[in-house]
Amino acid sequence: MSEGFHFYTQYHLVEVLGLHTRNPGELLEGIKAVPASSIYYHTHRFLQQHHYLSPEPPNDFAFWLMDIMHLNSLGEEFLSIDTVHYCNLEDLREKFQDILEEYLSNGGSNTDCLPGFEFHFLACKTFVLPMPYVAHNLTEFAEILKKVSIRALYFHMFEARMRLGVPDNDFSQWLKSLGEKSLANKISRLDPYNMTLESLRKKIIRMVEDRVQS
Amino acid sequence: MSRVDDYRAIVGDEEVDELYLLAERLRGKAVQNINSTAIGGGVAEILSRMVPLLRDLGVDAHWDVIKGNEKFFTVTKNMHNALHGLNVDVSENDLDYFLEVNRQNSEDLDLFGDIVFIHDPQPIGLVEKRTHNGNKWIWRCHIDISEPQKSTMDFLRGFIDRYDAAVFSAPRFARSDVATRQILISPSIDPLSEKNRDLPKAAIDAVVERYGLDRDRPIVTQISRFDYFKDPMGVIEVYKKVKNHIDCQLVLAGGGATDDPEGPRVLDQIKSAAQSDPDIHIIYLPPSSDLEVNALQRASTVILQKSLREGFGLTVTEALWKAKPVIATSTGGIPLQIRHKHSGILTYSIAGMAHYLKEVLSEPECAAKLGLNGREHIKNNFLITRHIKDYLCLFISLYHEEDMVHL
Repeated sequence: MSEGFHFYTQYHLVEVLGLHTRNPGELLEGIKAVPASSIYYHTHRFLQQHHYLSPEPPNDFAFWLMDIMHLNSLGEEFLSIDTVHYCNLEDLREKFQDILEEYLSNGGSNTDCLPGFEFHFLACKTFVLPMPYVAHNLTEFAEILKKVSIRALYFHMFEARMRLGVPDNDFSQWLKSLGEKSLANKISRLDPYNMTLESLRKKIIRMVEDRVQS
Repeated sequence: MSRVDDYRAIVGDEEVDELYLLAERLRGKAVQNINSTAIGGGVAEILSRMVPLLRDLGVDAHWDVIKGNEKFFTVTKNMHNALHGLNVDVSENDLDYFLEVNRQNSEDLDLFGDIVFIHDPQPIGLVEKRTHNGNKWIWRCHIDISEPQKSTMDFLRGFIDRYDAAVFSAPRFARSDVATRQILISPSIDPLSEKNRDLPKAAIDAVVERYGLDRDRPIVTQISRFDYFKDPMGVIEVYKKVKNHIDCQLVLAGGGATDDPEGPRVLDQIKSAAQSDPDIHIIYLPPSSDLEVNALQRASTVILQKSLREGFGLTVTEALWKAKPVIATSTGGIPLQIRHKHSGILTYSIAGMAHYLKEVLSEPECAAKLGLNGREHIKNNFLITRHIKDYLCLFISLYHEEDMVHL
């Protein structure tokens, strides 16, 4: 018999690394130098800060390159990275490096931004906190998912997979242990980086409720 | 006074429940906040709301204020201006006096906190009294020190490096030449405070009438301390450029703080600049005028914030929370609050601000959309409940080295 699903929530405390860049070349050096928690922060921040607005660029690098530097083609390279396919921050870092190295070796513009518009590298410390909610079946799971904060949803869908090196999101792993392989796979196939967290919550709840009623 | 549970209706049960869960992790730790003024200005305002709410959550939070005379606050105002990059003279004698007052306060104050939380430069020197008995010290910098005068910054750095962490309001305020851990925490507003709570129409009308404003014509307002960095003279120029095309009124309303001796001089200057125009309303508000500020913001058609330098710009936060279209200079923490043409307008000059003011006054539907997006952004990111959560995490982080903390 499977164990119940224990819900956790998480918080980020943002740290400033005191490192900033003015052009794509410096961005490359920065991406090479910063800790993995900084790559994580800059590729996941938007998900939590703009959860009620439309989906935002999936990483801060794309935003800076496009909105500040007006390097739209380079920015779109960053924008289109399929973050969901990376289980590991070092692979993601390497992908960013490859894009910038190719851009610079092809003679891409490397002029400085205006003063005051530099890219500032940040990082985050994560606090994981157990919540007093345990689901023992699909019905309970859907009911709890309706009432937890989006930070709890975020933790189980993103944080565990990307920072704890777990191969799949927590929900799918638990569902598989219940024998709900098809439902688990459906949730795994969602691209959570391309929708708001509220949309993601609704989609998962609907999938679970449909399964309960089937 | 508001209780933590009162915020459930605004931010949801789940947000408030999680605050209680986090606060439990701080049981047994006394948090002692220290700043330089009990009344006036953003820091005192945040502390007056934050400390009771932390206590309501079960955190043993306290707030003390250092004592200083006019000479001390003149020195600290000069230091403040120098840290903002102005070319002002802060002499060796001034710095000696600053240290003397800090040392006197460190004798008078009982620095009992397990976590001593010092706000802004005025009391920064209290850290000299730090004893290494396991207590933690945090310095909270509420101002922009990204381009400071070197000598004043060098003086300050000697103190900052003795803290366990330094907290800044915007990424660009942080320093690459500071050795201590640097944390980013945006300030916040309290949606239930007198300054931000919903007001009945009658209360707004009464304030509008009291100050002789005409509700039938657009009201353009800047609420700020009377301070050179808020550029009230620039606001008058913006208004004059727009007034040629649109018949509007300008309100410049604000007060002073007990640690700011510059205010009366600035007020006199703008009064004389506005003398000949009956549609420019200069309103000096005493510290207890939160209701008036609230009503003036709500009665306004557009809110301006033409700061030359800014800490975070909480007056912008307040205006956005009231779903007002805001046109502000892109300085300090303002770009964190406004995405240009989505949740407000960012400008860089008097000409630019005048251009956008005409546009916003001429397009009320677009103006309303800017205001609504702005309110949503503030709700998600800049209310006091998020701020409390960040502070709780900050306090807890002092006892954990690792990147991923399982509580």
